[in-house]
Amino acid sequence: MPLLSLNNISKRFGATAAVADVSVAVERGEFFGLLGPSGCGKTTTLRIIAGLEAPDGGTVEFEGRDITTLQPERRGFGMVFQNYALFPHLNVFENVAFGLRARGGRGISPTVREGSLQERVEQALDLVQLPGFGTRRVDELSGGQQQRVAIARAIAIEPSLLLFDEPLSNLDVALREDTRRELRALVKRLDLTAVYVTHDQVEAFALCDRIAVMSEGRVHQVGAPRELYENPANVFVAKFLGRNNLIRALRLTSSNDPSTRFKTLEGGHTLIVSARHDQLMRLAVNKPCLLAIRPEAITVSKDQDGSEAGNRLAARIEHLEFSGATTTITLDANGLKLEALVLQAEGFRIGHECVVTLPVDRMELLSES
Amino acid sequence: MNLLEKKAATSRRTPKPRRRFALPAPSTSVLFLIIALVLLYGVIYPNAHVLLAALQHDGSWSPANFFAVLSQRTIVESALTSITLSVLTVLLCALAGVPLAFLFERYAFPGRRLFAALAALPLVLPPLVGTVAFIFLCGESGILARSLQHVFHLSKAPWSLRGWGALLLFHTYTMYPFFYVLTGAGLQRVDAGLAEAARSLGASRARVLLRVTLPQLTPSLIAAALLTFMTSMASFSAPLLFGGNVRVLTLEIFNARQRGDTSIALTETVLLALISLAALIFFQRYEGTRRFVAAAMKGTTRRRQTIGSGLGRLLAACAAIAFSLLLALPIATLVLVSFSRDGSWTTQTLPPVYTVSNFAHLATDVDARSVFGNSLLMAGIATLAALVWSFCVTALTATGRRTRWKRLINVLVLLPWALPGTVVAVSIAEAYGQPNALTGSFILVGTFWILPVVYFLRFMPLVVRAVQASIEQLDRALEEAAGVLGANWWRRFWRVRLPLVAPGALAGALLVFVIAMGEYVASVIVFTPGNRPVSIAIASAMRDFNLGTAAAYGVILIAMIAIVMIVAGRLESRAR
Ligand SMILES: Nc1ncnc2c1ncn2[C@@H]1O[C@H](COP(=O)(O)OP(=O)(O)OP(=O)(O)O)[C@@H](O)[C@H]1O
Ligand SMILES: [Mg+2]
Repeated sequence: MPLLSLNNISKRFGATAAVADVSVAVERGEFFGLLGPSGCGKTTTLRIIAGLEAPDGGTVEFEGRDITTLQPERRGFGMVFQNYALFPHLNVFENVAFGLRARGGRGISPTVREGSLQERVEQALDLVQLPGFGTRRVDELSGGQQQRVAIARAIAIEPSLLLFDEPLSNLDVALREDTRRELRALVKRLDLTAVYVTHDQVEAFALCDRIAVMSEGRVHQVGAPRELYENPANVFVAKFLGRNNLIRALRLTSSNDPSTRFKTLEGGHTLIVSARHDQLMRLAVNKPCLLAIRPEAITVSKDQDGSEAGNRLAARIEHLEFSGATTTITLDANGLKLEALVLQAEGFRIGHECVVTLPVDRMELLSES
Repeated sequence: MNLLEKKAATSRRTPKPRRRFALPAPSTSVLFLIIALVLLYGVIYPNAHVLLAALQHDGSWSPANFFAVLSQRTIVESALTSITLSVLTVLLCALAGVPLAFLFERYAFPGRRLFAALAALPLVLPPLVGTVAFIFLCGESGILARSLQHVFHLSKAPWSLRGWGALLLFHTYTMYPFFYVLTGAGLQRVDAGLAEAARSLGASRARVLLRVTLPQLTPSLIAAALLTFMTSMASFSAPLLFGGNVRVLTLEIFNARQRGDTSIALTETVLLALISLAALIFFQRYEGTRRFVAAAMKGTTRRRQTIGSGLGRLLAACAAIAFSLLLALPIATLVLVSFSRDGSWTTQTLPPVYTVSNFAHLATDVDARSVFGNSLLMAGIATLAALVWSFCVTALTATGRRTRWKRLINVLVLLPWALPGTVVAVSIAEAYGQPNALTGSFILVGTFWILPVVYFLRFMPLVVRAVQASIEQLDRALEEAAGVLGANWWRRFWRVRLPLVAPGALAGALLVFVIAMGEYVASVIVFTPGNRPVSIAIASAMRDFNLGTAAAYGVILIAMIAIVMIVAGRLESRAR
């Protein structure tokens, strides 16, 4: 049984469908990502999980219990807001203690409670590496420190689920990368379950065990980062996650065996693609479809007689873009434009003829949307 | 693998959409009931009563009755007089305030800060106190007239402070700050980059001013014009004390009531209310069509230009000092007169005999002390009630979705602020002057409570606005964060909203307290002899020519206002 599941959640704001029929299940101990472009409904989904927004339809279940209408203060989740939402009138200690006090250890004598409160706040501050910051005012802290106080405040209550809404977006790039690593380590060490909203693919890949890719209120695909990257379920996912070559093509052969022939609309090349049976079942012969191949999967060689198996096309180098460790080569194969990412670009010149190889097993057949 | 695409085949329960972060249901309805009752008794019923009573004649209701009374020449004339006075006041205030704002906001020169600190002074002066100070300074037997008379050996005063000129002068002095302050704030917001862009496109200075800067200032100018117009329509003390034969509506209402001519008083009250509301709606319409998107651009904040040339600096500095003196003179006069012995100042330029006995008298005299006690108590009650009330109103209206009900509540809450004080007082006095359906045999008029009630109604919109503004500035995420951390509604209110809103709310409440302390317009209509507030005591001291005593009352009010302004300023800067 998943720890948290959203079942057919939808939410409209006037005419916009912020969330449309979203179903997601988060397992215990998982670092789960909600990834998508701006305005796709990630924040709304997260707020529905937190109870800050009531869905128009669908249910939210936690540990098998329906919590759709449960008030946020009764859910026991921790949340880190994008702008941190630290209480400006309280110092760091009181901010972190706020949730503990609100939950109030009723029945425990005040002194014991006060003592354990002190301990737990200090523990939380230690965890985010801000020991001794308790008496500081929150507006005297740097952005990174404020962000860590926000995390300490969320984890101090030992939440059963931790929610993050783009908590790193206000930090500069270097700090963001460090904090990212610390954050994942912390969540894993405390054995917490987290739902993390971001529009940054790199961040999602670095942090999350599994990711739900969203756009326009819908979830397109859920999976581990590598799975999403290598087997995008549709055009949107293929385009949104990293760079990709999308090739328009027609299906040639009718047999549903894994290696199917396609003819590209640009350039008229014949390509062999290994596609899944169920995908082929849905695709008629001579129907246009999209093939995808990652730039780094394409190999470029100068000589005609490469020994690798696969789809080999003659192409002309149109452009070279050097970016440190790698070089991006833009190629024109008889009208079919391709991008290839190579480590070694020595010897390649603009205008040179070359041979590109598109490995059969790295080609993906995409279903429409 | 895709756990997530599992479709819930089982019957789906659709939860009823609920508002989050609203009050729990029972207290919402209790709160709504309380607010509805206060608005019914305080705003809806009195105004409706006045309106209906104005339409009534010999037991029958008809607009014809209203127009029959309205057709009397004096009423129409006084309405026109009020409107003319207000329009002229707006024009003069704009002529004075806008150039001053440009000068002091755009340029740096010696003396600038002095003026900037004093500029808004006339705004916080209680109108009655300002009027009294003006009489001492500019009246025909005031310091200025006497000085000229002595210097030029004139047989009689060179002018008389009476009529149109006097009113317009006083109105300009007290209301120009609306234009000065709002234009100054507008200029600070105006993107200097736009003006620079226009210059770079070849526009002359004059063209930039007319086509770029002034259009951007339009919202500020309209807001200032509205405030000036409304304040001028409601103006009462000055027309009363030196209006001469300029008969404005507020004064006519007061006189009609004194004569016991209720039907005329009611008709004039309705007329005054209608004109004020029409002006409000007109200005807001106009503002709506000319609203400029406040450019959310970050950019250079315009730095003041330093006036380079020596002559220019000298002139500007002289202007700053001259204007500062003009602003401070009435108050200085008031302070001076407050130390003069009552009855000693007759034909001299300055009061001849000085003493602290006026203040000693106010501190020791039973009557004077009770006057201060009354005002403190009544203003205190009204302020406290307004503070509690504004938290009730905002608890209901500032959370959850905007509904038509909430908008209606907001309009009703702000209505008394749009109505002149005379209208508020007359409506309460008329509605609760005899037994009626709402209060049974209890008659409010003539009791201690009538003044606190009127003060509350007149000034609670100010506190509500202050609290609303503070709540709007409050980051919603803070209360949400508190909620997620396990705080229920009460805890969120006490631990997050209240401490964060308190400074703004308190600043607003303090302001209301001092305004209520000096309130005259409404007090003069409904006060009871056993319960006289300070303003009434000032007026009667003036009538008895106890000028020193009147001035001493005024000085104490001003001192209180000064203290409150300082405290409120501190509170507001802390809230930021
Ligand atoms: N309170 C609201 N009222 C009206 N529309 C809203 C509200 N909140 C969100 N929306 C709309 O719902 C859609 C989804 O918003 P949401 O904030 O969930 O996006 P997001 O994925 O978090 O985007 P971002 O990455 O920019 O934060 C947007 O089109 C937004 O304009
Ligand atoms: Mg968002």
